[in-house]
Amino acid sequence: MSKPKVATAALSGCFGCHMSILDIDERILDLIEVVDFHKSPINDIKTFTERCAIGIIEGGCCNEENVAVLQDFRKNCDILISFGDCATMGGVPALRNGIPLKECLDEAYIDGPTVHNPNKVVPNDRELPLLLNKVRPCQEIVKIDYSLPGCPPSADTLWEALNALLADKPVDLPYELIKFD
Amino acid sequence: MEQNLEAITFTIDGVEVQGMPGQTILEAAEEAGIYVPRLCQLKGITPHGSCRVCTVKVGGSWTCAACTQPIYEGMEVDNSSEEIQTLRKDLVEMLFTEGNHYCMFCDKSGNCELQAMAYRMGIMAPKYPYIYPEAELDASHPDLFIDRNRCILCARCVNTAQEQDGKSVFDFAGRGPHKKIIVNGEKLSDTQLAAADKAADACPVGAILPKKGAYAKPVGARDYDDAPIGSDIEAKVCK
Ligand code: SF4
Ligand code: SF4
Ligand code: FES
Repeated sequence: MSKPKVATAALSGCFGCHMSILDIDERILDLIEVVDFHKSPINDIKTFTERCAIGIIEGGCCNEENVAVLQDFRKNCDILISFGDCATMGGVPALRNGIPLKECLDEAYIDGPTVHNPNKVVPNDRELPLLLNKVRPCQEIVKIDYSLPGCPPSADTLWEALNALLADKPVDLPYELIKFD
Repeated sequence: MEQNLEAITFTIDGVEVQGMPGQTILEAAEEAGIYVPRLCQLKGITPHGSCRVCTVKVGGSWTCAACTQPIYEGMEVDNSSEEIQTLRKDLVEMLFTEGNHYCMFCDKSGNCELQAMAYRMGIMAPKYPYIYPEAELDASHPDLFIDRNRCILCARCVNTAQEQDGKSVFDFAGRGPHKKIIVNGEKLSDTQLAAADKAADACPVGAILPKKGAYAKPVGARDYDDAPIGSDIEAKVCK
């Protein structure tokens, strides 16, 4: 019988949550006995070629590409988990939500004290995904089945959740593993 | 306990509890080792009754704030049905989406009553959309700052300053989504607030904090790292 597939994506986050995935240490050897990793930055598989049992999302949505990837995950995964504070509440990227987008771009590319940009051009190549006006958490874009908060969530949190799901049980974290920091 | 003739007998979740006339449901419950979740209530201060996290159902028919409702003979209080728990959880979720709570770098994290309430209730992510409101930070005071991004409008600072410090430092202005905490002056440094005041220590969240000593308690040694908020009250039962 083929193993269930797990896919992961890093949207608008810092990759810290993916580091936390790797932080399960040698337990990753037990994990690959029971699941196969499909589309993920860990193995660099870029497109879905088969249906996945579990999708794990790091980061919220700050641009149109994040939204497209998230929707793609929703379409291709049976269970979708938002993993980490950026995915569940916007996190540090959402700090820009109180500042108009133009001001953010001007500060980053024109006015910032360390910026050298004599032509005062804000990058606008067609290849660049358009930014959303506000960073949004995943559950505001697609239906999310489980949220695991934390910045990042601990490796034990992920371990606990994956084990529950693979055993066909609901995710019910113990008190010590629910953390928003 | 000395049996007083005037004692009031009522029930919480079907369990018989005794209290004294004039006591609120929350106070009588607490003496009996039953925790009613609360955020705006602070011992020794006039209850504000604004957060509604202490909501209970009485006689199976009406809901009220346990921190303001006095007990009466034969009262039947529901403190733990799924309906009540869902109500409270929804309220706490709204407090998160109505403010800007970045726990990952907040110096109150681990010692914050709002965060601890979310942990106790098992809130993983609010079901409501985030508002990301605009709010002001006032760091003018030499020893303290007020960050309105994290204020839950509980009035604990307002009433503690007035009732315990004898000072008029804080108040509210505006209504509905525009309601905010204001200070008696242009900015916090214009007020009489001092670092040693009771009001400086009354905030349940990280909205009023000292400037020095942030992150003093390491992760693992903070107030709510191991034991849920309220477990000290519940522990009284076993004695
Ligand atoms: S005040 Fe509490 S809930 Fe808000 S950010 Fe700080 S720790 Fe989190
Ligand atoms: S500043 Fe703190 S104590 Fe004062 S109303 Fe806001 S949350 Fe309550
Ligand atoms: S604790 Fe009763 S309303 Fe806030």
